This record gives sequence, C-alpha cells and structure tokens, in this order.
Amino acid sequence: MERPAWAPPGIDITMPSVARINDCYLGGSYNFAADREAARHAMVFLPGLPKIAQANRAFMRRAVRFAVAEGVTRILDIGCGIPSSGAPHEVARAADPAARVVYVDHDPVAVAHAGATVEGDPRAAAVCADLRRPRDVLGDPAVKAVLDARLPVLLLLVAVLHFVEDAYDPYAAVGELRDATAPGSLLAVTHAAYEGTPVPREQTDGAVGVYNDIRNPLIMRSRAEIARFFEGYDMVEPGLVPMPQWRADTELDADAVEEPWACSGFAGVGRKR
Amino acid sequence: MSAEPDGPEDRLRRFATIWSRALFPATATSLTRPELERQLEPLARRLRDALAERPFRAATGESVGAALVEADCTEPETLSRTLDVVDAYLVLYCGAQGEREELRARCARLQHAVAAGFARALRERTLAEQEAISRAALAARGTVAEALHASEARFRAVFHGAAIGIGIADLDGTVLEVNDALVRMFGGLEHQLRGRNVGEWSHPDDSPHVWKLYEELVRGEREHYRVEKAFYRPDGTVLWTNLTVSLLRDADGVPQYQLALVEDTTERRLLHLRLRYEATHDALTGLPNRTLFFERLEKALAAGKGARFGLCYLDLDGFKAINDSLGHAAGDRLLVEVADRLQACATAPGEMVARLGGDEFVALTTGPDTERGVDELAGRIMHALATPISVDGRELTVRGSIGIVEGPAADRGAAEVLRSADITMYRAKHAGGNRCELADPEADARAITRHGLTTALPVALERGEFFIEYQPLVHLGDGSVRGAEALVRWLHPQHGVIGPDRFIPLAEHTGLIVPLGRWVLEESVRQARTWQARHADAGPLRVNVNLSPCQLTHPGLVSDTVEILERTGLAPGALCLEVTESALIGADDDLLKPLRHLAEMGVDIALDDFGTGYSNLANLRRLPVSVLKLDRAFTQGMQHYPVDPVDLKIVEGIVSLAHSLDLAVTVEGVETGAQADQLRELGCDTAQGWYYARPGPPDRLHELALADVL
Repeated sequence: MERPAWAPPGIDITMPSVARINDCYLGGSYNFAADREAARHAMVFLPGLPKIAQANRAFMRRAVRFAVAEGVTRILDIGCGIPSSGAPHEVARAADPAARVVYVDHDPVAVAHAGATVEGDPRAAAVCADLRRPRDVLGDPAVKAVLDARLPVLLLLVAVLHFVEDAYDPYAAVGELRDATAPGSLLAVTHAAYEGTPVPREQTDGAVGVYNDIRNPLIMRSRAEIARFFEGYDMVEPGLVPMPQWRADTELDADAVEEPWACSGFAGVGRKR
Repeated sequence: MSAEPDGPEDRLRRFATIWSRALFPATATSLTRPELERQLEPLARRLRDALAERPFRAATGESVGAALVEADCTEPETLSRTLDVVDAYLVLYCGAQGEREELRARCARLQHAVAAGFARALRERTLAEQEAISRAALAARGTVAEALHASEARFRAVFHGAAIGIGIADLDGTVLEVNDALVRMFGGLEHQLRGRNVGEWSHPDDSPHVWKLYEELVRGEREHYRVEKAFYRPDGTVLWTNLTVSLLRDADGVPQYQLALVEDTTERRLLHLRLRYEATHDALTGLPNRTLFFERLEKALAAGKGARFGLCYLDLDGFKAINDSLGHAAGDRLLVEVADRLQACATAPGEMVARLGGDEFVALTTGPDTERGVDELAGRIMHALATPISVDGRELTVRGSIGIVEGPAADRGAAEVLRSADITMYRAKHAGGNRCELADPEADARAITRHGLTTALPVALERGEFFIEYQPLVHLGDGSVRGAEALVRWLHPQHGVIGPDRFIPLAEHTGLIVPLGRWVLEESVRQARTWQARHADAGPLRVNVNLSPCQLTHPGLVSDTVEILERTGLAPGALCLEVTESALIGADDDLLKPLRHLAEMGVDIALDDFGTGYSNLANLRRLPVSVLKLDRAFTQGMQHYPVDPVDLKIVEGIVSLAHSLDLAVTVEGVETGAQADQLRELGCDTAQGWYYARPGPPDRLHELALADVL
C-alpha cells in the first residue's frame, strides 16, 4: 500500500540510506553500520563507487561555480544527501557571500543533518520533501522563498534522478520544477548509466541489486533518456557528457579525466528558455 | 608565484606536486589535483621547516597530519602514501642544509608525528561526525514521531468517522478493529464484532466463490476481491453489503492483515427487489405480468433442440358487460378471483400463469409432454371457470375463450407465438365462446388480428377507408322516418367491411377515437344538412351520432361540435348525440358540463343502451338527456307471441318513468310487426330495427323518407 503523503516513514537506522551510503563512499563518518555494510556490498561489484561519488561532487562544485559566475546565486539542491565539506553553500559562498541555498531531501536524517549544518544561516535552509511529489517540494515555504518568478535559480539534481522509478514519472516532476522557475534558470543533472561504467553490464547489475535490496532501486537510464530531462532547456556547453569532461577547470586535470570510474554515467547543465 | 629554477621554492613545489600526485587517487576530495597541490604546499613548507627547526618539534608534524584529515584525506591509504612520499622525497628536495644522517633521523621522527597527528584528527573527526549523524537521527526521529502522531490521529478520525464500514482482521480471521459505521451496520454492539472470527459470518445466500476468494486472499494468492454478501445481524435480521476485502502486507511483502470495506446495501437491495417485483407483476392480481411472461416465453423458446412448449391464451367472455354493469371495482374483484383459480391450475414445474392486461390471461407449460400437457392445462382452466364466482353477493357465471398454441421451441419468436394464440382465441370467441381452439397456421393467416387492425387504423383514417351507414329512426305513431343513426364502418383493403364493435375499442385504446369521432360527426352533420336541403318537404330529418367515452372527456368536444354545426349550417336541434349509460355511471359535474352546454344549445342527448348497465334511475334527473334508447334486450322478448308479461311491465314502467321526466323513448332492435305494435301500445316514441330498415347508404334513407311522405 502506498503511504499517504502526510504519513512520513519511520526512522530505522538499521535500514541503509542512500544519503549515508554516499557519505561512506566519500570517506565520511556520517553513517551507521548498516550503511557501511551496504556500501561495502555495492563496492564488491563496483569498486569505483567512491570515485563515482567523488566525480559527482566535483561536477556539482563546477556547476555551482559556473552558475554563480553567470549571476545565478539562488540554489535549490534536491536530493542533497548529507552535505559534508565542499557542500554547495560553501562553494557558492566562496564566490558570492550573498548566495542562497535550500537543501531538499526525503531522508529525514539527511535533512536533520543539513539543517544542523546551516543552522543560524539566514540564507540557507533544509527541507524534508520528496522529488516524487514536486508539489510538496514547491509548496514548502523555504523553497517558495528561494524561488523567484523573475530571478533565475540553479536547480541541482545531482545523483538523485536515478533513484526515481518511471512509475513516479520523473520527467513530469522535473517539468513541474522547471515550470516553477524563472527563464534563464539552470538545471544541473548527473545520472547513472551503463554507458561509461568500466565493467560489464552484469557486474553493474550486481550493485543495482544491492540498491533494490535496500528498497531504493537504482534506475539506469540511457544517454538519450537522460537528455530528455532537459526538455525546455538549452544545453550549456559541452552538453551531456561524462562527468569529468564537463567544464574541467582551466588547469586540465589529467588525473581525473583519466580516472575511468569517474566517467560512469552523464552530467550536464541546461539553461531554461 | 615565481621561483628560481631549482631554488628552494621550486624544489619545495616539486615536492608538493609529487605528494599531491601520490595522494590524489586515494582521497575523497572534490578538489582537482592542482587545487589539492596548492593545499599541500603550505604543509610541505611546514615539513621542510621542521627538518631544520632547532629544537626539533613533533607538534609541527602532528599539525600536518591533522591538516590532511581536514583536506578530506580520510582514507588510511592517504596516510601511508604521505609517509612514503615524505620518507623518499622530503630530505631529497627539502633537506638542503644539514647533515644527511641527522636529516634522515628527523625525517623519521616527523613521519611518526604526522601519523600520530593524522590518527588523532581522524579519530576526532570520526567521533564528531558520528555524534552529528546520531544527533541528526535523533532529531529526525523526534520530527517523524510528531508527524506520525498527527498522522495517526488523522487516521483514527478517518477510520471512525468514515461513512463506510471498515474492519481489520488477522489472517486467521480474527477481527481486530472495527469502525463505528461497521458497528452500526451490525446493530450497534462492538463486542459482537471485535474478537469474533470472520468465518462465523457465513450466510445461506453466499455463493461458493465468496469463501474461495477469501481463502485465496488469506493465503496471499489474491490482493483483493469484491463481492455482494449477506450477513446475519445478532438480532437475526439480514444485512446486505457490497464487501471489498484487501490483503495488507508488511514492508517485506509478507501478508499481515485483511482489510474489509463494507457498504450497507440492504435498503437499496430491498428497493431493487421491490421494483423488480413491481415491474414484473400485475398490481391487481399479483400474477406475473406481460414483461415477466415474455421473459419466460422467450426463455422457453430458446430452450434449444427437442424442447417444446404449450400456451393457452384466455380471454373472458362478456367481461366488458360485467364491468359496465357492476362497475370496475366488482370487475376487479372478479379478475382477482379468476387469477387465483388460474394460478391453482398451473402449479406443476414449468407451468406459469400471467395476466397480460384487462381480462386476458396466459398460461405457459414447458413440461416433458406439452402436447398432452397444454390440453390438460386448458381443460383445468375451463373447469376452474365453471364454478360461478361470487362478487358482491352475486353469483356470476364466467366463461372464457382459449386459444392454444403448441409446438417445437425453436420455430418462432415470442411475439409471433402470442399473436397466433390471440388469433386462435378470437376464433374460439367467434365460434360462440366458452371453448378452446387449437392454433391453425392457415386460420392464423386469414384472421384479423387486433394488432393488425390497431396498426392499420391511423392510415385507414388518412386513406378514407371509413364510411357511414345510416339506420332510419321511425316514429312509432305514424310510421314516418324522423331521422337516422349514423353507424361507422371500415372498408378494410384485405378484410372487407369491419363493424364498429371490432375497431372502436381499439380506436378508444389508441386515442384515434377523437379524430375518427370528429370525422363521423362532421360527415353525419353534413349528410343531415344535405337531406334537409334536398328534401325540405320530407320534414326535418335528424341525425344521431354516437359519442365514445373518450370523446366525452376530450376538451374539444363542445367547440368542435359548435364549429361543425356552424360551418354546415345545421340547426342544433337536428343533431342527437348518443352516449352510453355506462359512460355516464358515476359521472361528475365536470364530465357532464360539456353535455349540458350542448343540450342548452339545443342538441339532443340520448342515453344509449339504457337498461344494460346498472341503471341508476335517480340519476336520470341530473343528466342533461332528452332521449332514452332502450337496449335491444328489452325488445327481444316481444318478437314472438305470447309476450312475456314481465317484459311488458318493465318496458311500460320505463316508458312511464321517462315520459314523466320529459324524456322521449327510442327502442332498438325492432324486427317484427308484432314488436312494433306492442311498443307503440306501450307508448314508445321512436324505433329502429330491421323491421323498418337495415343500416344503409344515405340515399336509401332519402328514398325511405320520401316514400313515407308519399
């Protein structure tokens, strides 16, 4: 039975959470035994998962910097997970101290932590809402405050859309979010794919199975399917590419580009027409 | 920053580059390697300075280890790579001054300090992060608990406030929770439900699949089902429901509970049953009606190869007379008694009796030997009617005519079968009634069906298939022709001339009587005007026109009549409208008003068929009539000599009564001279009958009138 929108799931730290598993990949300690167990299990199939997580974070950093450089200083990070060092508000503030950030996640622990991280910061907030219910996201007062009919925002959907099953129509959800943002707003997406992942598909499926087991299915999508999320957006150069190839910093980082795991899946930024 | 090639700064930077290259693959940093390298440069400087520092301070090395952790180099691998790089390259790139041995020793001690600093910082960071995430989990748990509490309160309100009955049971069938609506449905006592087992609620009307579905659900083979189900309430009454049962599974998909949503349909069902009964049964007799009979007949006819059926179509003989004379209430009581008797005739399986309407009944048999069965059924019906029926203290002898159809089921449709039975019944009626006839396809083809006539009537009027014959009305005193009664006929293209007794009731039934009656009136009035114009010396010839009960209540009666009289120029006194006594039984002022209006204008009103109904003599005073037409039944007794003295007395009495009320008396059915003499002596005023003339074309009357004068 599907849970009604107003009945939140319980907190069970013996159940792994994707937000905390991701923290494991990043070498953090914002996680519990069950999360570390799940992370270890997934890494049996995809040992490069930490590199993938790292590449996601690196892309996110570059995307935020790009946005701020373009004058987009309002950031809505949906599926923020556990913001550790190098989180978007830190990156954005380094370029523009007035930048505003709202973190959104459906994991109440991640949101509680994000809330603690930005506590007392008038230009940042953390909101518990689910991307699968975009109206809930858009209806939150903190989200409403950061969205402005005239001012563009950066919508970060980093490593989150591949956790939304087709049954929940992620395209419609992204469309609704797009419609709520001003023209010129930016959408930054990373998404898992079989393409680029440097192991056979069957091996990747082993990791997919781990996520299925913790009831947080990981949905692999093709490049074309991922490109469809940018409907209504013009792609920013260089388009939808492997993560390290998206606007690698001027001092070209050969090490990262050559890291094969970092090229799993795709990243891209679009500008709303 | 510029640095002299191979100077100390340049060497320091080369060390940092080597260090960052070694470290980068093992870190989780989101920095690029050059960025990391820039972060490592100050650390490299600290290490270089520590090499030369006097006295040697381990704290510098520790701070470098801690800084690594801060730069997200939290993997143990990053420490080991750092130590490798320091061990291999620090002295080489940064140990410019000093003695080799001394530098190596310091470098080793530095490595120990870096390791200790790294471990301490990592421990601090790990503990801090663990504490932070635990706090977050706790905080989230509080928020969620609050939300859950609110959500549960809402759920409870929904559960208990729902208009639909809701019950939750475990998979053994034990009822765990019920809401108020469900308790109310079951009579208001919660303990009658909670703790009881679902299996106890079987009901004789449960179809077998109800419990099969239930078993499938509790075994986890079915997610939900929806059935119509009856329950006994604790007080023994029956609750009918639309029941939807769903299987509730836990987070792992293991079946846990069953959820029942119960909608009370008892009222709706009763209403439905009642409506169905009313739609398929005759309100007066309680017998199945035409609808239900057709359903059964169609089913019998669809029974397939080898099956046969038998049908009796019964029409009571002379029922109309009973209805007219004793009134509808008595007629209804008679029909109820007939229905009861018929019902008793058809009790075997496969037999049924239905009332089609009026005094028409049908009996159907689908037994094994319908050839014999239908004969016996007809016999039982005739026998059942043989005993007189007591209505209002009178013993009424009821006779019936039966048309029988018997045959293989597959041959014909229901309508065709019924039509054949109807025709056959008419054959029985025409043969004198009180008998059965067996359907004969050839006779069917010839027979004039009421159905056929009914559908042909409207067209017949358009095509001018009706015509009028006139029967002279003769003055008994001097034998002169005083007028004629207009009698309508139908020249049917196939069946020839048809009398009004066959089609007037049909016209009454379909409402065609109104335009037909208007046509007859107009035609007759025009004819009377012609007679007057062509033969003024023959005296004022009057015309009598029959009005049917339907025309009597038609709002256009007066205006139509006035308009026709004015248009043709006939004096109102030359028109006499005949109304049957039965049509005026119980007539109220509203019904009499148009007649009064016409009478005041000078139109004569005659009371037709006087003496056949329940003659309310006291009523005569208030009717606007000027003529009584004695029914032929009174004159029949005077056809032969000697005349029954009682008949004489009755007629004499009526005539005397009529005259004292200023009414003229006309007698019908005069067939002999003796009758005419008798009636003249009794004081009757006018007569009509074969003795004078049969109904004929208008010119005949003209000739008669003329002859009379001559």
